[in-house]
Amino acid sequence: MKARHKRLAFIAVGLIALGVATALVLDAFRSNLVFFYTPTQVANGEAPQGGRFRIGGLVEPGSLKRAANSLEVRFVVTDTAKRVEVVYSGVLPDLFKEGGGTVVQGRLAADGSFHADQVLAKHDENYMPPEAAEALKQARRVQTTVEVE
Amino acid sequence: MKPVLKYLLPLAIFLVLVGFFAASLKHDPREVPSPLIDKPAPAFRLPVLNAPDKTFAPEDMRGRVWLLNVWASWCGACRDEHPVLMEMARSGIVMVGLDYKDDEAQASAFLSRSGNPYTIVVVDADGRVGMDYGVYGVPETYVIDRAGIIRYKQIGPITQKALREKILPLLQRL
Amino acid sequence: MIPELGHLALILAWLLAAAQAGFAFAGAARNDGILMATGVSAARGQFVFCGIAFVSLGYAFYANDFSVLYVASHSNSTLPLYYRLAAIWGGHEGSMLLWTTTLALWTVAVTLFSQHLPEVFRARLLGTMGLISLGFLTFILFASNPFQRMIPAVLQGRDLNPLLQDPGMVLHPPVLYMGYVGFSVVFGFAIAALLGGELNPQWARWTRPWTTAAWVFLTAGITFGSQWAYYELGWGGWWFWDAVENASFMPWLVGTALIHALAVTEKRDAFKLWTVLLAILTFSLALLGTFLVRSGVLTSVHAFATDPQRGLFILVLLGGVVGGALTLFALRAPQMGLGGRFGMVSRESMLLAGNVVLLAATGTVMLGTLYPLFLEALELGKISVGPPYFDTVFVPVMLPAMLLMGLAIFAPWKHAVLTVLLGRLKWVMGVSVAMALLLPLMLGKWTPLIALGLLMALWIAASAFVSVYERLKKREGGIIKTVVGLPRAYQGMIVAHLGVAVFIMGVTLVKGYEVEQDMRMSPGDTAQVDGYGFRFDGIREAFGPNYMAIIGHFTVTWNGRPVTILAPEKRHYLASDTPMTEAAISSGFFRDLYIALGEPMDGQAWSVRLYVKPFVQWIWAGCLMMAAGGVLALLDPRYRRRNSAAMEGTA
Repeated sequence: MKARHKRLAFIAVGLIALGVATALVLDAFRSNLVFFYTPTQVANGEAPQGGRFRIGGLVEPGSLKRAANSLEVRFVVTDTAKRVEVVYSGVLPDLFKEGGGTVVQGRLAADGSFHADQVLAKHDENYMPPEAAEALKQARRVQTTVEVE
Repeated sequence: MKPVLKYLLPLAIFLVLVGFFAASLKHDPREVPSPLIDKPAPAFRLPVLNAPDKTFAPEDMRGRVWLLNVWASWCGACRDEHPVLMEMARSGIVMVGLDYKDDEAQASAFLSRSGNPYTIVVVDADGRVGMDYGVYGVPETYVIDRAGIIRYKQIGPITQKALREKILPLLQRL
Repeated sequence: MIPELGHLALILAWLLAAAQAGFAFAGAARNDGILMATGVSAARGQFVFCGIAFVSLGYAFYANDFSVLYVASHSNSTLPLYYRLAAIWGGHEGSMLLWTTTLALWTVAVTLFSQHLPEVFRARLLGTMGLISLGFLTFILFASNPFQRMIPAVLQGRDLNPLLQDPGMVLHPPVLYMGYVGFSVVFGFAIAALLGGELNPQWARWTRPWTTAAWVFLTAGITFGSQWAYYELGWGGWWFWDAVENASFMPWLVGTALIHALAVTEKRDAFKLWTVLLAILTFSLALLGTFLVRSGVLTSVHAFATDPQRGLFILVLLGGVVGGALTLFALRAPQMGLGGRFGMVSRESMLLAGNVVLLAATGTVMLGTLYPLFLEALELGKISVGPPYFDTVFVPVMLPAMLLMGLAIFAPWKHAVLTVLLGRLKWVMGVSVAMALLLPLMLGKWTPLIALGLLMALWIAASAFVSVYERLKKREGGIIKTVVGLPRAYQGMIVAHLGVAVFIMGVTLVKGYEVEQDMRMSPGDTAQVDGYGFRFDGIREAFGPNYMAIIGHFTVTWNGRPVTILAPEKRHYLASDTPMTEAAISSGFFRDLYIALGEPMDGQAWSVRLYVKPFVQWIWAGCLMMAAGGVLALLDPRYRRRNSAAMEGTA
């Protein structure tokens, strides 16, 4: 009898631990999902105010402006229909360029500009995945697309 | 749970996973809706390849159904697509080539070597026009109707399948 | 001519793979020794022809044969020779050829080192591997032929992606593939045992060295990949929870569980079905990794074959191999019997619990990797799961496993008494808790996470040392002599566990104490980062074999005394017109200094990244220690001795 009780206690503890762990994992999972929006969706007000999300599109040529004394940059991301102004402070990735595809992650500010804490760039001379669509798809790394295994 | 069913569990989980993968394969990762579909083709006026004094604009094609094919000599996928384009040209489809961010000499060399499927080729050296058309990569092809409206966009090379199932039926209707 | 020769060799290899599977299975079914021996010969022949194909492709790269489409797409005549040869696996088709050649290599290894196996068992094992090989060769021949010609040829190739032009890339893929593909041998052992019913401790003893060997390669491969990312991606990260990294990490986690489960099956004849399921699962995850990377289902930094056609092919292959194996498992498992029993507290139960934790960790990684895919398959939107999810979840999930690592090496088989165990370990616990609390204070910043990380590292290391000490006490002779005299498998386990401790130490200290600063600097500026002075002296221009570079010049000082001079580069690769950041790193035992050039700003200013990363090298040192532990375990004479005993038994 005693051994059986012990066994039951073990199983109960195990199940509780498993339950708590699952709950914690799912909670962390939920709070770390980053959704994806196109500039058109952002312009239509579909993107969450205050929440973190990603925008993918092309960097509008001629829109890149640098601050004089800091690393702050401003540029416009467009899906050729609508535009979103992006503010970012930091080093831009190697393959970031005007007219190229990009994905930015961050939050909308009150003035309607997008404050990015991550900028991803990807470049494709060849028709592998399309820059922005690919970016929409993936955007997992703060760097460039690599043909690697 | 019946003891035998227990051993089927791994297989069942695996089959569900395979189902999801199969479903996601059907989604072409290249598919991205173009905001330009059913909108007028953006206007431009660009010099013609090897004849810089001549220019071409989409208005010149008013009243005709035509294809705008974005390509470049540096693009490997365009090379794959090229035989299909040649075949389309032979069957009388009117195609305008937009030579995207390319070196003109190399572009001409490519066409004289592999054949020229285009009615006319225009040079978009800095890629501005490509931007207006929302070109994500090369090649891309737009089907434009008599009224100058974009009716279809092919992202990536035109495959035999896309030609047969999408482009040819569309051209018949227009 | 040579590419056609390679293509022909591939076709012959395909025929031989079919012969290998056909003869081996037919021979096993009829117990016909001649048929089975023919299967062995076919397997060796297949390796020869895969080798010829591989060398032919290598020659095409060596000779800059740009009439071969694959060469033209991934090489360039200005590329240095060693990168031209590494370019063999720089793209999809070549990677697949490397995969198959590696599989043929493992198959030959099996034919050479399996004399001790029963003939029928060996035939089923080789037959299974032949079927896998047949699948992949079919894929190569019909959907990704690396020898395809391009008429007309081009004069110059498109060049290898500059990110791949790094010494790390020369080594990383082949080693990683050796690991991935090595698990096909383990898979073959599992299938053969399910078919023949030899699921017993002897089977586990046969399987163990192959599992360990594959695991060693996988561990080393992942390590090289991580180092490559650190050096080459230019922003100092060493693990990104990128889908492709996860694809290699999942089989590693399950493979680690398998190594421990096999130990129990060999020693105690316990949880055999679990073990065989893990063997199937590990290889399935290796295949899944291939599927995810090759099909473009997950378009990540790594995926370069965005081709649904190929994806479908790999999916069919995956479905056939794994679905078949799991069906076989469901059919045969009920007849296998449960095996040795064990107490609720025992080494067996702890290893089982550790196994469960490793699988749970695999599950969390899989959730984060595949969930976005599922959501899209169901048309519910595009999302991404960021590294913060993996960071928050992975550590707590793995905690119990780390605690068990210290306990399990002291627990006796069959039955253990928890109080006795804890009594033996009280000093280990006391010392590691005290040091974990004090060390961060000495290092200048105390956070619960740092203390926790240090606690785990110290706990694992201290328990390993105490275990060695207790063993040595029982032996006579000098310390060196007795340490060397310990069983190799035990030494291997201790080294691998110490490797885990070193790894955790490195991760904890980097995460806790690294300082990263993005700055704008003009020549003459000095920035202070974590006590180091970084002076930007200016830039100069230089030429590489196939690129132009701007080289920054930085002098690093500590308390005014010069420490080192660093020269980060901004390269521009000419053939592909691609910019690349080449970070400059001064590595040390205690810290790395890391500088990467960003981009030119107005005037002569540049944006730069200045990082000080304490103990970052410990991360890879720990991983390599784990691999070294595996090598030590492989050297255990026990496998050879028992093997020859088994041979005498069958003779």
